[in-house]
Amino acid sequence: MVLQNWSVRIGGVALLVLIVLATAAPWLGTVDPTLFDAASRDLKPGAAGEIMTLEGEVLKHTFLMGSDSFGRDIYSRVLYGTRVSLLVGIASALVALAFGVVCGLGAGYLRWLDGPLMRVMDGVMAIPAILIAIAVVALWRASLPTVIVAIAIPEIPRVTRLVRSLVLSIREEPYVEAAVALGTPTGKIMFGHILPNTVAPLLVQGTYICAFAILLESILSFLGVGLPPDIPTWGNIMAEGRVQFVAYPHNVFFPGVFLAATVLAVNILGDGLRDTLDPKMAKRV
Amino acid sequence: MSILQVQQLSVALPTGGDRPEAVSDVSFEVHPKEILCLVGESGSGKSVIAQAIMGLLPKTLPVSRGSIQLEGEELNGARQARIRELRGARMAMIFQEPMTALNPVMRCGAQIEEVLRFHGQHAAGARRQKVLDLLREVALPEPERILASYPHQLSGGQRQRIMIAMALALEPVLLIADEPTTALDVTTQAQILNLILELQKKHGMGVLFITHDFGVVAEIAHRVAVLREGQLVEMGAKHDVLQRPRHEYTRMLIRAVPTLEPHSREARSDAKVVLTTTNLSKTYAERGWFGSRREVRAASDVNLELRKGQTLGIVGESGSGKSTVARCIVRLLKPSAGEIRLGGADLARMTPRALRPLRRRVQIVFQDPYRSLNPRRSVGQALIEGPLNYGVPRAEALERARRLLALVKLDPDVLDRYPHQFSGGQRQRICIARALALEPELLVADEAVSALDVSVQAQVLALLEEIRTRLDLAMLFITHDLRVAAQVCNHVAVMQHGRIVEYGPAREMFLAPRHEYTRALFAAAPGRGYAFGG
Repeated sequence: MVLQNWSVRIGGVALLVLIVLATAAPWLGTVDPTLFDAASRDLKPGAAGEIMTLEGEVLKHTFLMGSDSFGRDIYSRVLYGTRVSLLVGIASALVALAFGVVCGLGAGYLRWLDGPLMRVMDGVMAIPAILIAIAVVALWRASLPTVIVAIAIPEIPRVTRLVRSLVLSIREEPYVEAAVALGTPTGKIMFGHILPNTVAPLLVQGTYICAFAILLESILSFLGVGLPPDIPTWGNIMAEGRVQFVAYPHNVFFPGVFLAATVLAVNILGDGLRDTLDPKMAKRV
Repeated sequence: MSILQVQQLSVALPTGGDRPEAVSDVSFEVHPKEILCLVGESGSGKSVIAQAIMGLLPKTLPVSRGSIQLEGEELNGARQARIRELRGARMAMIFQEPMTALNPVMRCGAQIEEVLRFHGQHAAGARRQKVLDLLREVALPEPERILASYPHQLSGGQRQRIMIAMALALEPVLLIADEPTTALDVTTQAQILNLILELQKKHGMGVLFITHDFGVVAEIAHRVAVLREGQLVEMGAKHDVLQRPRHEYTRMLIRAVPTLEPHSREARSDAKVVLTTTNLSKTYAERGWFGSRREVRAASDVNLELRKGQTLGIVGESGSGKSTVARCIVRLLKPSAGEIRLGGADLARMTPRALRPLRRRVQIVFQDPYRSLNPRRSVGQALIEGPLNYGVPRAEALERARRLLALVKLDPDVLDRYPHQFSGGQRQRICIARALALEPELLVADEAVSALDVSVQAQVLALLEEIRTRLDLAMLFITHDLRVAAQVCNHVAVMQHGRIVEYGPAREMFLAPRHEYTRALFAAAPGRGYAFGG
């Protein structure tokens, strides 16, 4: 039933293609994305050139998407960048969901926890996501886990609010009251009865977080506060190409297209999931 | 000439439904000055017929065959614009739930006036006067105040009167009433039925009245049409159908209607007392911003006693506090004052921790079978949850679950299935089995048969009765329906505004009610004193 939805099909296939591209990057005619060659600087897309490996071996290479001002292959960098983007997107969504679910269940079901916890969440929501992310990265060394955590933190309050509102309506259902009457312990009710009934909307929310995380990671990298420049990410590539954008637009164009396509695919998938899994939130046809 | 003529009407269901057509080859007529009752159980297609006539069917349910003629004009296939002109002007409809049928952010007066305005009736100045006249006609007190009220400020009965005023605004020849009193309390229901009868006589309208309740049919109908799974099985004058039903299905439905005659049932007064409540009270306090407090007394000073093997009924209308009492006894709510003694222990003041070992002794069955089972857990998981909580080994719990399914007359092999695969009546049986899995001393049934169709209701009532005698259970039976209470209760407590106004043996109370409110309840029961045949 889920797979009959065209949004799910299109978004899912596009995302699958990206995942294949990311995992199979070494076998798709790429070179090490960190290699550079002064002789092959600022090549146009499709131009043939040479690139020297770390061992000093000179390879003939076609620069499908051109090269940047250091003579690095944009095609290789974009494909390897896909790995980082998808990893950051999915991991951030999982981290945000995990913490958000626990907080939301607690706030929704344990009344004494609701007030204090939600005020903290309100506080976090009052700070722009990008500022929190920059602050977190600035506090610790800029590494992959740091960036994931930095992107996940501002999403936690949103997930918490969603889960809390779901729990508030589910806790009034007679089957929850029946479980109380059957002597089921509170923890089992929260995780055994209530949590499974929140899964569908959470899955949908997860895809939106994933798309936003991919964007935010690129923004952080672009601003130079994200992953260090030696790791190829779409944001890094665009940041480095920015100065020469007028002369060599391919430096920004190709990673930009990948970024836009990925975010679009994830969002389309999310819309499709929302329409099929969660009839309450579905837009009326 | 008839005002409405429906011929060979068929409405297709989307593929994958439980039958190919929602309504198949239904033909009937409504004459002027006549009330035709369309009776059927849930899923019989009675509301679909009403929607087809009004042109309100969703796109997924197209009219596949047949003709609908209003005053000789064909409606099936007519232009939308024409149907819109006729709706309100020549035919009007009132719905089951007046709260959702009215716009919550519009004043009631404006909503009625809108009907007049859209159909270009009356000058702007005269409209207000017309609305006030309408409100007076449906016997609403203080029309000026009602005019300026929002729907939530009115009671359910008042809201339904607004709906009726709106339907009558343009003097339609046909009024379709789709279960207009089902959501109302029994005393309000009696008033609304009277109002519809009165207005129908005065205006000479034809009324198509849709209901599932044979009591209501007996009160209001001139002719009756019985629907079953989209097909008309019997149609005729009221007395013919109700007293000499020809079709087997009609006979079965009429037999299933519980009577107000209490069953004579000897109540052993020497049996062990299972439950006593002493001055049980529940107060909800709302604290205002500036320290002002508003208190709502949901239940006050409720004293009950229930012995082994007996059934105590708590009867009352909505807001009477009957469910609050049930929830306090199961300790889903914490009472504000009073005692709940189960055996020796007082449940009222216990902490959740101390309460847990005692919970198994009191179990509850809820009203809505569709929400009482977790949709993501199989029947087996639901049935063994309780025993597992109290340390029964899994294999033994499963064995017990099988026995219970047999007890509630379901196939023991359904343990792996999920709730959506069962009908409402079957789900309610599963809920009963789940409650019995802990071998409780007291079973609380909170409106447990109210959401069920009348034939299923009769089966579940019989099942509860059988279980009570077989297991020698004490049962607390909460209901708004006096006829149901008459069937199962040894003792009855009548509640109003959170207090018990009359409490005593069922037989005595049903034969000679003492309190004024109890008498009003009896007087309002639809179809009382009508001799059903079958």
